[in-house]
Order: sequence, then structure tokens, then C-alpha cells
Amino acid sequence: MGHLTQGERELALLTGALLLALGMLMMVMAWGDPLSVHGAMFGFSGAAVMAVTLRGMFAPAPDENRFASYYDAPSKAGIVIAMIWGVFAMFIGDWVAWLLVFPEMTFDAGWASFGRLRPVHTTGVIFGFGGNALIATSFHVVQRTCRTRLPDQFSPWFVLLGYNLFCLIAVSGYMLGVTQSKEYAEPEWYADIWLVIVWVAYFLLYMRTLARRNEPHIYVANWYFLAFILVVAILHIVNGLAVPVSAFSAKSYSAFSGVQDAMTQWWYGHNAVAFFLTAGFLGMMYYYLPMQAGRPIYSYRTSIVSFWGITFFYMWAGSHHLHYTALPFWVQTLGMSFSIMLLIPSWASAANALLTLNGAWDKVRTDATLRFMALAAIFYGLSTFEGSFMAIRPVNALSHYTDWTVGHVHAGALGWVALIVFGAFYAATPKLWKCERMYSPGLIEVHFWLALSGTLIYVFAMWNSGIIQGLMWRTYNDGGTLAYSFMDSVNAMYPYYIARAFGGLLFLLGAVVGLYNIVMTIRTAADTLSEAEDRPLGPILEPAE
Amino acid sequence: MFGAHYKLERNAIGLVLMIIGVASIGGLVEIAPLFTIDETVEEAPDMRVYTPLELAGRNIYIREGCYACHSQMIRTLRDEVERYGPYSLAVESQYDHPMLWGSKRTGPDLARLGNKYSDDWHVAHLLDPRSVVPGSVMPAYAWLARTELDTDDMSAHLSAQRAVGVPYDEDMIAEAAADAIGQARPDSDGAEGVIDRYGDDTAIRNFDGAPGKPTEMDALVAYLQILGRLTDVAHAGASENVESAESGS
Repeated sequence: MGHLTQGERELALLTGALLLALGMLMMVMAWGDPLSVHGAMFGFSGAAVMAVTLRGMFAPAPDENRFASYYDAPSKAGIVIAMIWGVFAMFIGDWVAWLLVFPEMTFDAGWASFGRLRPVHTTGVIFGFGGNALIATSFHVVQRTCRTRLPDQFSPWFVLLGYNLFCLIAVSGYMLGVTQSKEYAEPEWYADIWLVIVWVAYFLLYMRTLARRNEPHIYVANWYFLAFILVVAILHIVNGLAVPVSAFSAKSYSAFSGVQDAMTQWWYGHNAVAFFLTAGFLGMMYYYLPMQAGRPIYSYRTSIVSFWGITFFYMWAGSHHLHYTALPFWVQTLGMSFSIMLLIPSWASAANALLTLNGAWDKVRTDATLRFMALAAIFYGLSTFEGSFMAIRPVNALSHYTDWTVGHVHAGALGWVALIVFGAFYAATPKLWKCERMYSPGLIEVHFWLALSGTLIYVFAMWNSGIIQGLMWRTYNDGGTLAYSFMDSVNAMYPYYIARAFGGLLFLLGAVVGLYNIVMTIRTAADTLSEAEDRPLGPILEPAE
Repeated sequence: MFGAHYKLERNAIGLVLMIIGVASIGGLVEIAPLFTIDETVEEAPDMRVYTPLELAGRNIYIREGCYACHSQMIRTLRDEVERYGPYSLAVESQYDHPMLWGSKRTGPDLARLGNKYSDDWHVAHLLDPRSVVPGSVMPAYAWLARTELDTDDMSAHLSAQRAVGVPYDEDMIAEAAADAIGQARPDSDGAEGVIDRYGDDTAIRNFDGAPGKPTEMDALVAYLQILGRLTDVAHAGASENVESAESGS
């Protein structure tokens, strides 16, 4: 609370009170509906905010010199929260992987079945782990690249904590059976509205920080963070349009149906990959990789071309999820064509990252943190190539509906997204806690090899199972009839499901090692570094208030 | 070009507007026409809406995440048509808010599941999948048979469906709760109303085979038995326009 000004404390108190009132209203009016459980969660969060604010209400006002330093407390909290989400959601992911080997492990209860836990895993890793990582690093990056402090101390906390409330409502909802069933957009209407409020605050915070910048140019990392914030908002609002059964029912019906709904969903779904899992993390890469390598970005012009290429081409590509379906042929063809063109800006980004390492490859060998980021760029290049390849209609005929898709997603999610996050966290954590290095460089090495081997085992298992599945489904006997029953293909998956679950386990163990290393770095940090090199430009930053 | 960008990247608002503009084009070109071009969705005069019991079953299907492992979209590929039946048409999911086409087949496609197995088979399968399909990796859903179906707010559900475009009439909305129970209880007074409102072909059965009030098992089985049977239009041109996969022996 000491960080917040008197006005901000009052704002926090008001926000808490509003949340408490809204939560109580939802809890009482929707009694018997899952919505009341979420009302209780809203209300509890509001009460907690009020309690914390009241305890610090009369603490001394923050130092007037605060504008001479960056505001990093929300980034620090975000990094720890992201790692906790990562460990939790990867555990759930590995659990559901084992469910396919041991399908009886559901305790005769709804919440523990594959169908309800699978979105807990996907939401937990994408939004819980990835989203918190993006929020934490974007706050860190935007301040450094603009050489200015965040404009206030309330909004970053509102964004970070409000976003986590959304994540908690989402994953608890799935276990209670609350879902819209739209992949990667499962949360129901009220959670969606709450996310819109949080997201608008995020956008305004970002724009206000950019407006205060002391660098004439907006650095490329911020273009990506901006595209991430803006386009995710558009996608989320359009795909989430729905009519609730009543104001106090958790259930809603999508505004779209059938083919239009399918196209809207995969326009959303594919661009969630593009603007959540790619643009945001490219922003991360464009700051932390050159910083850690001690080299400037290889080509400024390539950054421009690849940024606008990704922003334009990706939005057309969603229909490649619907090849050979009831979606009109012309839309499928457009989706395929743009998916192939997408390879150009994607590889330009990956090449730009790898060429930046020219002159720093010796560091890649010795510094596991930089190696995480270098490997992430390689996996980014590989999985974008694979993605364009799988978007070709005849290839998709084989790969669609199979584990190959799951393997492809994880090549991107584990190999690209998670590795760039770990690299960025290992680079940012010592800086944020002002110490020389991470608690244990050796454990970063351990984490690196666990993550790499886990990813490779996972992806190879799913390539094998997916291609075998696809081929078995379409194989004919000499007599002209289908050679295999569906159950034949299920039985053939057994060894690969075990291998996948084992690969996932290695990756999870790596994340646990990473969380331990970060926590120990925080606990042993002793402010050994001065702030001299890591601070905004001088007194011109004083606000005119 | 790069000179212009040199100016653009000094202007936050300009950058924001440019991103929104560039990113919007793809969606506008691909999605907007789907709502206006008539050929997108075929005509199916014989198509009916889901009964309240089937809709409740569909909501259970959604709640349990069945779509994570089962698609409801048969592609225009020869092996799929031979394995599952006529390929899916857009009109067949015109009342599906949201659609459940799915993206993964850990289990088989379900677009033409209706009437393929008996109610008893479905109940046994949901209670213990491995009792009827050895080697299956599907979880058991035994609690559905123990959970009474909540029909209290069925009218509100149908109203919301009508608000998004499904043609339920006043009568259907008013009698929704009674119809949900009536369809699962052939001997009850409510059974006749279901036929009146949803047609002679509507299945009126005790789907879970158990006495007492309708359960979630009744609703889910009723839904599984209507899959692919709201209209017959897909069977008309069944084998046209099917593509053979290249591989196979």
C-alpha cells in the first residue's frame, strides 16, 4: 500500500467495495446456479482488496521522488504468479495426458473427467501462465524502452489482479461445468465482460505510458505488445457475443450458429495463437534477446516488414481449421493461401532473432538463459513452417482431427512460448530484484535440458501417433473396404500416449525447477546492484501535478 | 515506405489505428459474407428444432466437454463418408448455438450417431465405456444417471435460443419444462404435447430405462439419438463431391 498515493488508495477501496457489492448481488440472486459461486469469488476478492487497502490506508504517502525510478512491483508479482500458474496448468496437462492411459482415474466425479480438465489445462497455460508473463514483461519492457515510469500505481495492480480473477473464474467454472465450449474462449459471458473491463484498463495504461515516453520512437517490442492488446480485444468481444439465459444464470447461447459460428470461432482461435501466443511473445523476444546477447536487433527493416506481415496475414488464416467442412470452399482456399504466405513474415522474425545472435554465439553456448531464447526462436521457425504446411488442404486431410495437431500446438506452446518466457524471466528476475545473477545458473541448465528433452519427446510422440491415426482412418483393404475400425486406431495410440505423458512430465519438472530457482533468487537477493543504470531519464519525468 | 514508417512509429495513436485497420481486413472479407451469401447454408424445409430435452442433453454435452474428443463434422472425404455416413451440411447445424464441429477425434465423429445404437447401449456405454467398447479411453459418466434433470428454467433457455434466432414459438417456450419431462416419460400426460409441438417423428422414450424422474442421462441420450436426424437433407446427395484421399492401399 505504501506505493499508492492517497487518491489511489481511495480508488482501490472503491473498486473493492464495488466488487464486493456486485459479488454479493450475484451470489444471492443466482443462488443454486454456478453463477453464485463466482459471485462469492467476486465478493471475496473485493473484500480482500478492501482489507488490504484499509490496513495500509494511513501508511506514509509514497516518496515524491518515485518518478525517478521505474515501478516494478507489479512485474515482480506477475512473474511469480505466472510461474505458479505454469506449474499448476502443466500439472493438469500431464494429468489429463495420463487420463488417456488410465481412463479410470476420474473418481466417479464430473470435475475430474478429461472434458472438464482439458480447458483447465489450456486456459491455465495460455492465459494463466502466458498471459501473466505477458503482462509482467510488458510492464517491464514498456518502461525501459520508453524511459519512463508507469503513469500511476493503481492501474497496473488492477490489470494484473483483475486479470487473475478472470483466470480463476474461468478454470473454477470449467470444473463446475460452466463453459461456452468455444475452444480457448470457454469462459461464460460474465467472465468475458469482466475481462473486457480489465483489458480496457490495460490498453489505457499502455497508451498513457507511451504518451509519457522520453524516446521519440516507439520501440518494436511495443508494437507487438500493442497489437497483442488491441487485436485480442477485438477477437474476444466478437467471438464472445452471446445471450445469457437470464441476468443471474451462468449459461448463455452464442449469438452465432453453425457455419458462421465455426468461422468466427476459428478466426478467434487462430488469431489467439497469432496475437496472444505469437505477437505478445515476439514483443518479449525483441527486448530480452538483444539485451541478453548484448547485440542490437539485426535488421530494423525486417522487423517492420514482419510486424505488418504478421498483423495482416494472420487474420485470414483461421479458415484452414475448417478444410473439407461445410464452410464454403472459397473461404477455405483463402485461409490456405494466406497461411502459406504467412511463412514469410514468420521466418523473417525468426531469422531476425537468430541473426541478432551473430557475434554472440559463444554466449549461447555458455549462458543457458540466452540459449532458452535462441532455442525458442528456432522452435518458432519450425512450428510456423509446420503450421503453414498443415494448412495445405491435402496435408490437412491427413492431419486434421489427429494428434498431429496436438503435437504442432505443443511444438509452438512448449518450444516457442514457454521457452521464451523462461528465458525472459531468467533475464528479468535478477534485474528486477537487483542482484548479479539467478540463485543457481546450474539449475537453469537443468531446466533447459529438461524442457528441451520434454518438448522433443512430446512432439515426436504426437507426430507418430497423429500420422498413424490419420493413415489408419483412410487405409483400404484390397477388397475396397476400410481396413481398420476406429478402435484399432485408438489401441494403436497406447504407447504414444505414454511417451507423450512422460515428455510432458519432464517439461513440468523443468518448470518446477524454474519456479524454485526464481523463488530462491528472490529470497537471497540483497540489492547488490545500484539503480544507476536502470532508471528513467532525469527530472523531466516529474509530472506537472 | 520505411520513411513513412519512421514517422508512424513516433505516433502512438497512429500506430493503434493502423493496427486495427490492417488486422480487420481479413475477418471482414471472410466472415461478413457468410451471413449474406445465400448459398452458404442449404435449404432444409423438413428441419426441426431441438426439443427441450434434447437441448438440455446438448447443454450436458457442452458442460462435460465432449467436444474436446468428438467432432460433429464429417468432411467431404471418401473414407469419412464410408466410416460415418453422408458428409455434414452447413444447414444441419444452423440451430446450433454454438456449433460443436470440434477439432479432434480422440473418439469417433458423432455427426450421424443418432439411431446407430440402442438407448440401452448408450446408457451402458456412459455408465462404463469399457463394458461395451474394450480398450476405450473415454471416462465413465455414471453420475449422469444419478442426477435428476433440472427443468425449472427450460422456458428461459428456449427464450434465449429464440433471441439468437432459433424459431421456437410461444407455445414451445411456455411448455418447455413439461415437454422436457414428457419426452422422457411416454406414459405421462406431457408426452402428447411433445408430438404436437415437435412432430410425429420425435422420439418419446424412457431413454435411461430407469423409473422415477428424468435424469441427466435421459437428456444426454435423447440428444445423442437426434444427432444427424433433425433433417434428412444430407442423405439426398450423399456421395456427390466426395474426394478420395491419395494414400491407402
